[in-house]
Amino acid sequence: MQLFLQQFPIVVRSLNIGFLQTMKLFFVTLIGALPLGLLIAFGSMSRVKPLSVFTRLFVWIVRGSPLMIQLLIIFYFPGIVLHQTIWGGGEAGRFAAASTAFIINYACYFSEIYRGGIQSVPVGQEEAGLVLGMTKSQIFFHVKLSQVIKRIVPPMSNEIITLVKDTSLARIIALQEIIWAGQAFMKSSQGISGAIWPLFFTAVYYLACNGLLTLLFGWVERKLGYYKV
Amino acid sequence: MAILEVNSIRKSFGSVEVLKNISFTMEKGEVVSIIGSSGSGKTTLLRCLNFLERPDGGSIKVHGETVFDAGDPATQRESEVRRKRLHFGLVFQSFNLFPQYTALKNVMLAGELLAKERPDYRANKKAIVAQIEEEAKALLDQVGLSHRMMNYPWQLSGGQQQRVAIARALALKPDILCFDEPTSALDPELTGEVLRVIRSLKSDDRTMIIVTHEMGFARDVSDQVIFMDGGVIVEKGHPMELMNNPKEERTKQFLSRLGQNNA
Repeated sequence: MQLFLQQFPIVVRSLNIGFLQTMKLFFVTLIGALPLGLLIAFGSMSRVKPLSVFTRLFVWIVRGSPLMIQLLIIFYFPGIVLHQTIWGGGEAGRFAAASTAFIINYACYFSEIYRGGIQSVPVGQEEAGLVLGMTKSQIFFHVKLSQVIKRIVPPMSNEIITLVKDTSLARIIALQEIIWAGQAFMKSSQGISGAIWPLFFTAVYYLACNGLLTLLFGWVERKLGYYKV
Repeated sequence: MAILEVNSIRKSFGSVEVLKNISFTMEKGEVVSIIGSSGSGKTTLLRCLNFLERPDGGSIKVHGETVFDAGDPATQRESEVRRKRLHFGLVFQSFNLFPQYTALKNVMLAGELLAKERPDYRANKKAIVAQIEEEAKALLDQVGLSHRMMNYPWQLSGGQQQRVAIARALALKPDILCFDEPTSALDPELTGEVLRVIRSLKSDDRTMIIVTHEMGFARDVSDQVIFMDGGVIVEKGHPMELMNNPKEERTKQFLSRLGQNNA
């Protein structure tokens, strides 16, 4: 117990730094993937056949293969195969590679949620807008968008909570996020060695973060609960 | 001059010809009911008039202006279509109210969006919106829903929702108001309130086209009844004449089938 109390502040300080990197990856992924997903969704719904076929093929590949493999390919492929590292060295390079992989991967998942949301709005809503002289974009922004958001909040909250935990996969390219920070104490770090509890303790950070997200999404759902679709 | 001239409209979906050579005319203030069994093309005809379907052939004139001509692509440009479809209003069988807006906002929305295109919108925004709101309130009052203006569609009965939809269609002051089976999605005890509203519009001298299965209503309210079957107009005429004394065999069969169902 004495030993644990001695170790605790050192470990927490270290995990905090790791968690900061975890959160950075989380937010950068969201900022990139939320809009990119919408573009991909429009691509897969496009009436231009080659575009929609290409987009759906791309989504199939990205969703159908492990994110961990995608991380490894994006990080190592340019250096090993093309003999040209594009990521630069060090933590910044690893972060850029991890962000790229996460943004592409999550944009594909988001795009399918968007597509489902957009296509689930009854065609009568669009027709009502059309006969009232609205333009396509007015119909999208003033009629459909709110209904789409209302429908996609539950699946999006699922996906975003998964993203918090998936950031741990970036450990595979040695990004110094919270798992990496916890694992360091198993070998030896800051005078602590052979300790496995810091790694277990990282779960508390994920739990706390997802607790907050659950509250946030609950609030959004209640906000949009004033009407029924 | 006729307010509406429909000339030889044809429409196919794949290999199925839904409308075959449909022609009729209407005078201002006239009410035309279109009757016929399901699949006879009534709804498709209304959708063609509202540019929700593009006819394969024929032309449509409003006030003598050609608003659609299958042979003239210039009449089919998207920007033009948007302006021209405002000649028509459409009340849907399934209401299609916007669920996220109150009854009042449902009636106001399209008018507000159109007003944004006016050159003086920025300068007079407040006055313009206030006027749209005032008109919307008057319309909701006219359909008997002044006490329901701040309710959302899910808080309204089917009959009330359809009356909001009628007010919404009236808000843009269409020349011709179309109804696509306006009471078919309603419980029988709720059809009366909607039919009453449509009747009151007739006394306002509105030009209306009503696709309906309510024969008694069609007989009372219409100046002209059109019976459609298999994508053609089989018979048209004064409602009493057509319903009590049909000339065509198919009309007789349709009416007697209905009579048996109602008996």
